[in-house]
Amino acid sequence: MPDRPLFLERASFRRRRLGDAARVLPVLAAGLILVPVWWMPAQVSFAAGAVWLFGIWAGLIAAIWALHRALRRADAATLRASQAITQDDGHAL
Amino acid sequence: MPFEALVAGCLAYVALMFGVAFAADRAASRGHVRWLDHPVVYTLSLSVYCSAWTFYGAVGYASRSGLEFATIYLGPTVVFTGAWWGLRRLVRVARMHHVTSIADLISARFGKSNRLAALVTLIAVIAATPYVALQLQSVSLSFEVFATDSLTDIPLAGGGGTALWVAGGLALFTILFGTRNLAADERHHGVVTAIALEALVKLTAFLALGVFVVWGLADGPADMLDRIAARAGDPGWILRPDRWTALLIVSGAAVIALPRMFQVLVVEAADEDRLSTAGWAFPAYLFAMSLFVLPIAVMGQQMLPADANPDLYVLTLPAQSGQNWLAFLVFLGGFSAATSMVVVCTIALATMISNHWLVPLWLMLRRKPQGDDPEDLRGFVLNARRLAILAVMAVGWVYYQATGGTAALAAMGLVAFTGMAQVLPAMIGGLLWRGANRRGAFGGVGSGFALWLAMIFLPSVGIGAPPPVPQGVDPLAFAIFLSLAVNTLAFIGLSIFGMPDPVERLQGLSFVSAVDPIRHSRLARGADQAEPLLVMARRVWGAEDALRFFQAEAAFQGKSGYLPDLTPRFLTRLERRLAGSIGAATAHAMIDSVAGGAELTVSDLMQVATEAQRAKEETQRLENARAELARTARQLREANDKLTALSVQKDAFLGQISHELRTPMTSVRAFSEILRTPDLPDADRDRFAKIIYDESGRLTRLLDDLLDLSVLESGQAQLSITPANLHDLIERALSAASATRPERVFRVDREPLAEYVGVITDPDRLLQVLINVISNARKYCDAEPPALAIRVRRTLRGGAQIDIIDNGSGIETARQALIFEKFARLNDPARAGGAGLGLAICREIMANLGGEITYLPGQGGAAFRILLPRRPPVPVNAGLRRA
Repeated sequence: MPDRPLFLERASFRRRRLGDAARVLPVLAAGLILVPVWWMPAQVSFAAGAVWLFGIWAGLIAAIWALHRALRRADAATLRASQAITQDDGHAL
Repeated sequence: MPFEALVAGCLAYVALMFGVAFAADRAASRGHVRWLDHPVVYTLSLSVYCSAWTFYGAVGYASRSGLEFATIYLGPTVVFTGAWWGLRRLVRVARMHHVTSIADLISARFGKSNRLAALVTLIAVIAATPYVALQLQSVSLSFEVFATDSLTDIPLAGGGGTALWVAGGLALFTILFGTRNLAADERHHGVVTAIALEALVKLTAFLALGVFVVWGLADGPADMLDRIAARAGDPGWILRPDRWTALLIVSGAAVIALPRMFQVLVVEAADEDRLSTAGWAFPAYLFAMSLFVLPIAVMGQQMLPADANPDLYVLTLPAQSGQNWLAFLVFLGGFSAATSMVVVCTIALATMISNHWLVPLWLMLRRKPQGDDPEDLRGFVLNARRLAILAVMAVGWVYYQATGGTAALAAMGLVAFTGMAQVLPAMIGGLLWRGANRRGAFGGVGSGFALWLAMIFLPSVGIGAPPPVPQGVDPLAFAIFLSLAVNTLAFIGLSIFGMPDPVERLQGLSFVSAVDPIRHSRLARGADQAEPLLVMARRVWGAEDALRFFQAEAAFQGKSGYLPDLTPRFLTRLERRLAGSIGAATAHAMIDSVAGGAELTVSDLMQVATEAQRAKEETQRLENARAELARTARQLREANDKLTALSVQKDAFLGQISHELRTPMTSVRAFSEILRTPDLPDADRDRFAKIIYDESGRLTRLLDDLLDLSVLESGQAQLSITPANLHDLIERALSAASATRPERVFRVDREPLAEYVGVITDPDRLLQVLINVISNARKYCDAEPPALAIRVRRTLRGGAQIDIIDNGSGIETARQALIFEKFARLNDPARAGGAGLGLAICREIMANLGGEITYLPGQGGAAFRILLPRRPPVPVNAGLRRA
């Protein structure tokens, strides 16, 4: 794609890294939930397991919330940045 | 609590739901959709995932298998961690294509194949029937808890009777609010709002019970954990990694693929943005619903008799503890869970059955009369849906009656989950892989369906035995892994070796790249057929809506009236809107039959690609043209500047030449007047005659110059080409020019040896140039003592160059560009005679000789370079002239 810029400004760069984080999160979540059961099922089947499981669960919810908030803000920032560029162009012309 | 009060409360609650749904539908029809479209309402409507299975069954599940119950809610949580890039994209693509159900999505992706949609519908119906039965069972079980508890045992409480009443009521609700209209998008504001409210009731009831159990019956969380820890060693509670993984996968699949989940998650979503809220809020809802499951299960086992049904702990625990109001609230929660699930599930199934089974069948049977019969298709579709709702409800009830409702709730739910999971490989593959094709989808879904039927469904209803599995492997996990693996492999394998048809390739591109379906011009050919299309759309949407759509489209094209041109854009939009009502496959077939479009061919596809390429090239071409224009504009501006300067010069020159012509003319007139005086002395007469002679000579020279210039410019100058020696020419030029201002003595610096250069040219013309340049130097050189340098060189290409350089102050840069112009003259008071034509004539002569004369800047004085070619060019029209 010849039209794609080689380097992005800060806002877009951050937006893309947050997008990467959104892709990693499900893998991380699946790993956290699966690995202990395969590794030591007897230990995680009772009270300790319940604490661990619900702890992970709450952490994941908070992570999604924070990620989505950051993504929404980054989207808005990217939009603003691109609008600012368009306006500058308008003045220049 | 008396049974009558329970029934009355229940009826009041049902009335409330009807009222809420009715109010929401009215608000939506008036356009008040802002709060109906709120992300919170959307999130709450997703809670239809938590059916009665969750509400009653999760506790039963937990008391049998411990933490394993959590997989059913952790799977969706993991899926929702990918909401931003996964689910949002799914919703965007589905909204783009006005998808009405999961079967419609699969069918639209794989070339609008109705047979594929019919297969997916079959799986959905088979999988959902026990699930609907499960809900009816849970409601009647919960009624029985109260019925047996009360003193007045009413015969109505018999299991089948309750279930029948419930099924009837739900069918009524679903038909009322689910088939009210046949909108272009299958959204049901009334139903969704009622479900959102029920979600709140479920959550409140379950949390209230949980708080009561943990803080009322036990001594807080620490005590609760101790009680759970006391179960250590129970072999049933030990987690099994294979089951754990399989259930996570299946529940993750179910949250997307279950018909009711697809309905609320994708079809009822206005846009994908609400998923940024639902992405965390729905997992939070699931978390809240699961938090107290294990405590309730443990408490129930410790406090209730061993033979109590664990599926009903949530009701029996508060009832045993005398908490009648809490028990009623829990009952309402369970009732909500069951009813919301049944309503949404039947709406989704009815849409699928009518769009993919009944309507295609009806259209096929009616194919024979053909034509645009005014039959009301809309009415047929709505009636088909009503029929389908009744049928699904009836089959669920019959299933419940037939199985006697003995199976544990959890097992029945898992059967549905595993069934719909078989659709997932085709769906995900279709969204991510352009190479996925219809044969692959058929192979994958079909093989998965067959294995599921044989290994999971039929054993669950008591037909046949589960197949033998290797020692130490869980049968359910084995069946899940095997069916999904075979499914995926068949899907990928057949896709790799198959060739998708053109429609499929277009759809594949649109789905995978999440871009608007590409408009192809196939349908646009043919005569003006907008009217039959309008007739067809009227049959589906009703007259008013169809007219509105056609008018809007016509207005978009800039036409008045109701009949737009059949542009690709219009046809694509019409097809997609129709697909929103009757499914992609049927809409495609109907438009095809009316617009009479031929099959889409590979060459059409190539044409689409060519058109896209051409558009790109056109853009590039425009860009180039723009740059070219800018360049031309710049050149024009320069030319204009030059012209303006020349025009000024020309005006000045005209004034000058008038003056030049007028001065001699005036003297000629004046002296000829004097000559007429009779007695004029002879001496005076001679003197005056000489003056007249000289002045007329000046006039002639001026006119000669002008004439010469115009001849040279027209290219018609006669040249006499002969060999000549530059040394001789320079010698002659110097002596001829010495007549100009003879009082000045120039030191001439020459290189005599280098000057012996033979050239083929017109020597007289060249001499004219040399004399002019040298005379100019004599005229204008202001140095004291003046000097002139002449340098001759042979050029590489066999020509010659002559540089004539004086040591004066030269010509200022700004004027250098103008000195060769016709009317240019340096504003030098020392000018002698010339009218500014000399250098212009020189330039024209050199051009005629095939050479050029240029000004050399930076040589310490005025410097001119005369370039001669090896031989003058043959004039283009020389031959003509000779002939």
